[in-house]
Amino acid sequence: MEREELKSILESLLFVADGPLTLQRISDVVDGVERSELRAALEELQSELERRAAGIRLMEVAGGYQMRTAKRNAEWVKKLLGGRPPRMSRATLETLAIIAYRQPITKAEIETIRGVDVDGVIGTLLERNLIRAVARKEVPGRPFLYGTTQEFLQLFNLKDLSQLPTLKEMEELAPPVVESEQARLEGED
Amino acid sequence: MTTRVQLEIFEGPLDLLLHLIKKNEVSVTDIPIATITEQYLATLELMQSLNLDVAGEFLVMAATLIHIKSRMLLPVAGADDEEEEEAGADPRAELVRRLLEYQRFKEAAEQLEQREVLERDVFVRCAASTERPEPAGFREVSVFELLTALRRVLERLPKNAVHEVTLERITVREKMTLLLDMLRSTPQVIFDALFAKLKTRMEVVVTFLAMLELVKMRAIRIFQDRPGGSILIERAKAPEGAASLVPAEPD
Repeated sequence: MEREELKSILESLLFVADGPLTLQRISDVVDGVERSELRAALEELQSELERRAAGIRLMEVAGGYQMRTAKRNAEWVKKLLGGRPPRMSRATLETLAIIAYRQPITKAEIETIRGVDVDGVIGTLLERNLIRAVARKEVPGRPFLYGTTQEFLQLFNLKDLSQLPTLKEMEELAPPVVESEQARLEGED
Repeated sequence: MTTRVQLEIFEGPLDLLLHLIKKNEVSVTDIPIATITEQYLATLELMQSLNLDVAGEFLVMAATLIHIKSRMLLPVAGADDEEEEEAGADPRAELVRRLLEYQRFKEAAEQLEQREVLERDVFVRCAASTERPEPAGFREVSVFELLTALRRVLERLPKNAVHEVTLERITVREKMTLLLDMLRSTPQVIFDALFAKLKTRMEVVVTFLAMLELVKMRAIRIFQDRPGGSILIERAKAPEGAASLVPAEPD
């Protein structure tokens, strides 16, 4: 199959898909084409769209490929769709960040880090399907352990969790005054 | 001392502390505990005077700060053997660790927000919610509210002690079709109006079941303006598709 033809097919598939298409799914449909070939074609498609500053871009999100509008056109798209974009409170964002980096994590553990109750926020996040209970922690009370979902990756345009920016190390934030103290505390963990 | 306290909504005691540390341009690892404690307490007082709900966590932190402050005043030497190790450590250490930990996630949250957020910066096809927005002032009704409304309807039915037994056969399926037909001509029907016409208990129950079945199929949506208020039945997006979902009547 010619590269141009393959790209055209891929573009069509990506257009109709209602969520990120995994390479597996694409290769199930476009059978007989090597995965490396598919990946190369997808990359080409991606850079072509970038190059001509197209209104839609091909993004790698939540383990798959998805057509998304260009960020620069956001204002126009919003005008068309109407409604207000969902705003996330700082409490929600902070809690989500803690869960994203420390998953699986219990509510009590989140509260220790944030220093406040997170009952309501957890409820909101569960409702929005951004987190889910992944297991129970085998400690008294068997509390739920929470983790992030595919929707979380989609919301923040992340390919996978490894794409999260690395958390700043404690040392970067603080001069080494507390280093010995920190070492002692870490030793306890 | 006059402390000009900016009125910000603090996410919690750690957030407030970080704010004070930044405002005073001091280092997290070397907090001037007396100054910060004073300002912290002043902020709490202000919050309370404004009738802002000061959560218990803020008060716990206040106690922690005062405790640390008092420990800082104690001479390090001369402590009991048991407490020697603890006394040797900076009393602020644990607080510093918590502040740094919290700060990391605060920054992580900011970084998340700077990403291309779906439906704020970037959009996917059919990003517009596939369902029509709820009528202004209405929200989707709960099953409990529906059951309450059903009970009201049943109570209103004439309680004729004598009744003719006519075997009127109405099926849920028929009612589903009828209801959809009705909604095709009038996109919205008031719950009470719909049930007011019905005469028998059987008919009420069957209609109610048909309604639930249609909700389950997402062919209709049911709203209410307030608990116990009027209930509105509305056709969902694709009436044609929904109609064809009603299974054909077997002979």
